[in-house]
Amino acid sequence: MSTGVTEKTQKTIGGIRRKFAPWNDPQAVPLISYKNVTKRFGEFTAVDNLSLDIYEREFFALLGPSGCGKTTLMRMLAGFEDPTEGQITLAGHDLVGTPPYKRQTNMMFQSYALFPHMSVWDNIAFGLRQDRMEKGAIAARVEEMLKLVKLEKFAKRKPHQLSGGQRQRVALARSLAKRPKVLLLDEPLGALDKKLREETQFELMDIQMELGMTFLIVTHDQEEAMTVADRIAVMNHGKLVQVAPPAVIYEHPNSRYVADFVGDVNILDATVEAVEGGMVTLRPSVAPERRFRIAQDCAVKPGDSVAIALRPEKMRVELDPPADTGINCLQGEIWDIGYLGDLSIFHVELPGGTRVKAAKPNLTRMVERPITWDDKVYVYFSPDAGVVLTS
Amino acid sequence: MASKANGRWLVLTVPYLWLLALFLIPFLIVFKISLSQDAIAQPPYVPIFDLSEGWAAFKDALGELSFENYGYVLSWDNEFIEAYGSSLWIAGISTLLLLVVGYPIAYGMARAPKSIRPTLLMLVILPFWTSFLIRVYAWIGILSPEGLLNQLLFALGIVDRDAPLQILATDTAVYIGIVYSYLPFMILPLYSALEKMDETLLEAAADLGCPPLAAFWKITWPLSLPGVFAGCLLCFIPAVGEFVIPDLLGGSDTLMIGKVLWTEFSVNRSWTVSSAVAVLLLMVLVIPIVFYQNLQAREVERR
Repeated sequence: MSTGVTEKTQKTIGGIRRKFAPWNDPQAVPLISYKNVTKRFGEFTAVDNLSLDIYEREFFALLGPSGCGKTTLMRMLAGFEDPTEGQITLAGHDLVGTPPYKRQTNMMFQSYALFPHMSVWDNIAFGLRQDRMEKGAIAARVEEMLKLVKLEKFAKRKPHQLSGGQRQRVALARSLAKRPKVLLLDEPLGALDKKLREETQFELMDIQMELGMTFLIVTHDQEEAMTVADRIAVMNHGKLVQVAPPAVIYEHPNSRYVADFVGDVNILDATVEAVEGGMVTLRPSVAPERRFRIAQDCAVKPGDSVAIALRPEKMRVELDPPADTGINCLQGEIWDIGYLGDLSIFHVELPGGTRVKAAKPNLTRMVERPITWDDKVYVYFSPDAGVVLTS
Repeated sequence: MASKANGRWLVLTVPYLWLLALFLIPFLIVFKISLSQDAIAQPPYVPIFDLSEGWAAFKDALGELSFENYGYVLSWDNEFIEAYGSSLWIAGISTLLLLVVGYPIAYGMARAPKSIRPTLLMLVILPFWTSFLIRVYAWIGILSPEGLLNQLLFALGIVDRDAPLQILATDTAVYIGIVYSYLPFMILPLYSALEKMDETLLEAAADLGCPPLAAFWKITWPLSLPGVFAGCLLCFIPAVGEFVIPDLLGGSDTLMIGKVLWTEFSVNRSWTVSSAVAVLLLMVLVIPIVFYQNLQAREVERR
């Protein structure tokens, strides 16, 4: 996909922050490879003929609604499920048939699954003891992990004597202790409150960079996936819908499904009128007398029915008309206002009854805002704000 | 506020009243009888407290009480101590057998699909719908020299008709009887402990490199210990005092305190000695009960 988007994805490698994008490098060898993997539970197909490559040091997110197959995909890598068809390789070795206790992956469970009868120390040491590691080395590693998650003072506590956030850290330390090739995170922050969740997201990124490990996270929270991941795979009905870095997923969704699932969006139906020089001219069905012009190279021809995705923050809402009201402009009435503090979301009702959302940053401390209910407003956007979606 | 405090007081009082009426008072009566002497009378012991004869007579009666019967029971010349020991031994072995038999059943039930678990529980409880006595008698029919088991073994040619397996009237039959009768009391607490366990713990153990059998000993077993203790005590305590099973299935040399107590009471007509036996049996059992209570208190504290 040709995009003008700069990836936020950088990795500090050898002390230099560097653009990290092995998936664009045809020479790169993937660490994890799903090849035509299908998983059926009776009649239900959880994962449907899916192929996916994940690279070393990558922070990869599987994003999708519940039941989309993302957890199954991860559990097949951990070894708790075997694929019905297809192959999964880790560092070149076929994993299918290898029991979970012989795999070089570790998982942080959604419920944390801490052993309730063991102290924090013993929980973290559990995996190391399985490897018959020498006692001194175990102690050193456990101390290191406790330090990493800042729980040195809690080593002797039992899980039930910890807060939710602390338990989450123990679970993380335990899954990291064996230095797995891949760390699997199953909705790891689901049980934390919003503030703690956001803090922990950044900590996870720091830890991932510090240890240079590959992380695979399963989440249904698109903000979380956007924050932590180098690449996101959006899944639906057991298939990958789009696999790309967060900014590409957000700015260049490849389908209505992705546009709608990730972030807030207005989706308007339109008909293609003309395609010339990277500019598509469209007739929106909400206002057939107006025209939209969107700067995008896409394989459409005049007469095609398409959808246009417009993010609310890329739409301007004003009382005064823009210079050219014929292009990329809609007129309507304020139907509702959502005041979020940093932003206000204006719900604008178009003449046909369709409502669109436009966000406006609150740049001043005015309490009485100039735009209010039932005002007639203009909603407009620039040609590079919208995306034409063909599926 | 006051009514709330009263309400709490009332709620706490009711169970204590029950204990007082159904446990403490009968116990004190038995204890008093154990301190009395046998007599050919109705009831067959003296002294009898009768407040209508005045305070002096009451004090005289009190003076007649003695621990003589305890000396008799605890003397090595009589077989009581041996019977206590043998009872504890048989109950201990039976409890161990119950654990070995009951644990896999409880484990299987706890890991069975959720939809069939109520049915399995029902099946475990089902034997209670038949009288306990009838079920023990049924074992006579199975274990006797001409019983079902021997008939089957004859038919299969495993055992010679002239030398049938002699199980009935041995300690083996007592073990079979106790294990059979008490199995639900072992399975139910084990099941409730195992069912509570989060199965992802086993996944976590496997994920960290622990093969299934090791995971059982490191995770499942320690987490099921409260159920193991509860089940063992629920079986051990009544098994020590068991009377019906050794009487019907055991032989003349099967020595159990319940049987001795029964003989003492109904054959020797010595209410006083049998009361002393009963009080001592209670003492023997109070120790494990207190132990169990302690354990439970610790368990509650852990939550």
